[in-house]
This record gives sequence, C-alpha cells and structure tokens, in this order.
Amino acid sequence: MKLAKPLHGTTTLAFIFKKGIIVAADSRATMGSYISSQTVHKILEINNRLLATIAGAACDCQYWGRYLGMQCRLYELDNGKRITVRAASKILSDVCFQYKGMGLSMGMMLAGWDEETGPALYYMDTDAQRSSGKVFSCGSGSLYAYSVLDDGYKWDLEVDEALELARRSIYQATYRDAASGGTVSAYLITPDGWKKMLGSDVGDLHYEYNPTQADLPLE
Amino acid sequence: MDFLMGMCCKDFVVVCADTNAQMSQILTIKHDEDKIVPIDSHKVMALAGQPGDRSQFSEFIIANVRLYALRNSRRLSTHAVANFTRNELATSLRKKPYNANMLIAGYDESCGPSLYWMDYLATLHKTNVAGMGYGSYFALSLFDRYAKVDMEEKEAVALMARGVQEVISRITVAPSDYVIKVVDKNGTRTVETISPGHVAK
Repeated sequence: MKLAKPLHGTTTLAFIFKKGIIVAADSRATMGSYISSQTVHKILEINNRLLATIAGAACDCQYWGRYLGMQCRLYELDNGKRITVRAASKILSDVCFQYKGMGLSMGMMLAGWDEETGPALYYMDTDAQRSSGKVFSCGSGSLYAYSVLDDGYKWDLEVDEALELARRSIYQATYRDAASGGTVSAYLITPDGWKKMLGSDVGDLHYEYNPTQADLPLE
Repeated sequence: MDFLMGMCCKDFVVVCADTNAQMSQILTIKHDEDKIVPIDSHKVMALAGQPGDRSQFSEFIIANVRLYALRNSRRLSTHAVANFTRNELATSLRKKPYNANMLIAGYDESCGPSLYWMDYLATLHKTNVAGMGYGSYFALSLFDRYAKVDMEEKEAVALMARGVQEVISRITVAPSDYVIKVVDKNGTRTVETISPGHVAK
C-alpha cells in the first residue's frame, strides 16, 4: 500500500476568493536526487481564460497538457464558445480513467473563469479522481503548503493579501520540501482572464522573510 | 477510510456517508464531497472505493437508468436498478474491474422503500441494515441493537447520527464529515450534515 503518491518534486496551489482565483507554483524539476532545472513553467496557459497546474511526471503533464489545449480549442471551433472548466477537467479525467493503472503520473489543477457561472477550480489526478473546490494544493510539497494556506485563507482577502498568501505558502513548502524550489510564480484569474502577477526567487524570499539571524526558523 | 451506512424502515430509507475526499492516505482535499448521488427523484446510490472508479461507474449507471426512463416512458424500480448495476459490475469484473462498493436506496410506489448492498465483486444483497468500511462494524451492531422497522424518521436519523458519533470516537482514522439523507414517498432530501472538527472559513 502506498502511503503517498509519488508526485515528483513540486508544489502547486490554487484557491478561489472574493476577487478571483490565485494560481501559484514553484519551478523546480528533479530527476531522482538531481535538480535538473530551476526554471520550469508549472502553470500551463491553456487559453486566455484557462490555467492548468502540473505535478508528477513532466512527460505526461506536457503531453496531456498539450492534448487538453487542443481539445479546448477544438471545442471552441465546434461550438463557437469557450469550454467550461468543468467540461475541460472532465476531458482530462476521462483520459486518466482510460489509462488508469498503466503508469501515467499527473496531479493537475484546472482554474478559470466561466462565462455563465464564474470562477471554477478543479483538481484531478491519474487515479481519475476529479473534484471541484475552493482550495487545492498538489505535489510533494502540498502538505506543507496546505497548512500555511489553510491558516491564512479567508474568502474576502484583497488581491495583494491573496498573492502574499500564495507566495508565502509556496515558499514554506520549498523550505521543507527538497524537491520544490526555484521561483514562485503566481497568476490571478478575473472575469477578464488571467494575468501573471509575480515571480520571485525563493532564495531571495528567504532573506526577505528572515532579514536577521533572529528571524530564522527554529532548527 | 470510506464509511457508508443504510437503514431501511417501514416508510423510508436513511442513508449516511462520509463527505471526505482523500488524495492519499494522509491528505484530505475536500470536506464536502457528496458520495450519495441521485439516480432519479426517488433513488440514490452511495459509493465507496477508489475515487475514479466510483464516479465513472456511478455516472455510467445513472446515465443508463435515465436513458431507459426516457426511451420507455417508465422508470426502473429500485430492484431493477440494483440488478442492472450488479450485472454491469459483474460483467466488467473479469475484464476491467471497477473498485466501487455501494448501497442503493430507493422508494417505489409498488413496494415502498428498499435498500441494497453491493461490493466491488458484484455481490448483491437486499437488507434492512447495511454498511461499508471499517466504521460499519461499530454502527451495524448499534443498529442491530436499537433499530426497529416501525421507527419514526426522526428516531432513525437520530440513531444514524449516534452511529456516526461512535465511528468518530472509536475509529483511529475516522472521516471528519458526514451527510445523512432520507428517501421516502416525497423523494430524496438531506436531513443532517455532521462536521464536528472542521473549521469552515
């Protein structure tokens, strides 16, 4: 029995609040204990309203992320309107179910602003689990990120507060999780679409959050 | 660990399920996942098992039951739905098995309320008290001790809630949130949600 899914080194999170949706992630890629990149984009821009976060095997996420983007575009061409987050997540979830037990490894969140129903956020993974919700985190660092996120989350956060919460949550996850690191990227989704809001190096953040020796966390 | 419980009395069925969605053994990602899904206005299906199989299988069954109703202008009875579901699960068992355990509860004009228990191997039983998961061991004996066929709805729901309390206090890895639903001649409705520890924001 596996206690935790081997979502290879990643921390991603997303949450819905009063002003929109925040999507954030780190940028580290690992191959075993080797850090193979510090500049990976783990937030995929599916189209100008939809974002997907990726965790797990990079190959599967890249391939199926592209596939999802293609299906969403085809839906637009067929129907003359944008696909809903609910429908898009179901496309990917059905793929995951079809290939279940065959070795796919993905943990994704899909976030966007639907024309009729407003903000939407879905979590899905290669067990074919699919859930909608307000707060999700995914990847090996998600447990660390969840505690900070749950602690600071409120529905009526301001945009800058929400961005700071996301940044801090990812930072704390990179502090504990050896497989997460690099830079924190965060996006804000509003009715007008997504916008990239920040990208900060976690090394710099460490000194920003802990300016003096006394501020450093307990060892 | 999933928890499902059902109790069939004279005029109604009470069904209870936990509402936690887990990502792994140690992480709950959702506290309000409804595992008791409506089949039609007077039937529900409560599911436990692997999350992917659970939703894919229930969606498939529900779609086909509704398609039957549209094509034939008449609804399947709870008995028919249970046997159809068993057949589908048994057929896929030796090909691509679904890991889904379930309770099917419904109310029919002809025969009143009924409750069916089915595991992932497609074993089907019609019972008045049924449960799934480790929690059911505690709740089952409590129901065997106190449940009566002619209980009022209020008594039955209270007994169900007592079962849930026992599960919470005795199971080391008990789910934190639960929902109780009732199916009777008026249809399906949620009568109680239990979430003792969770701080909603």
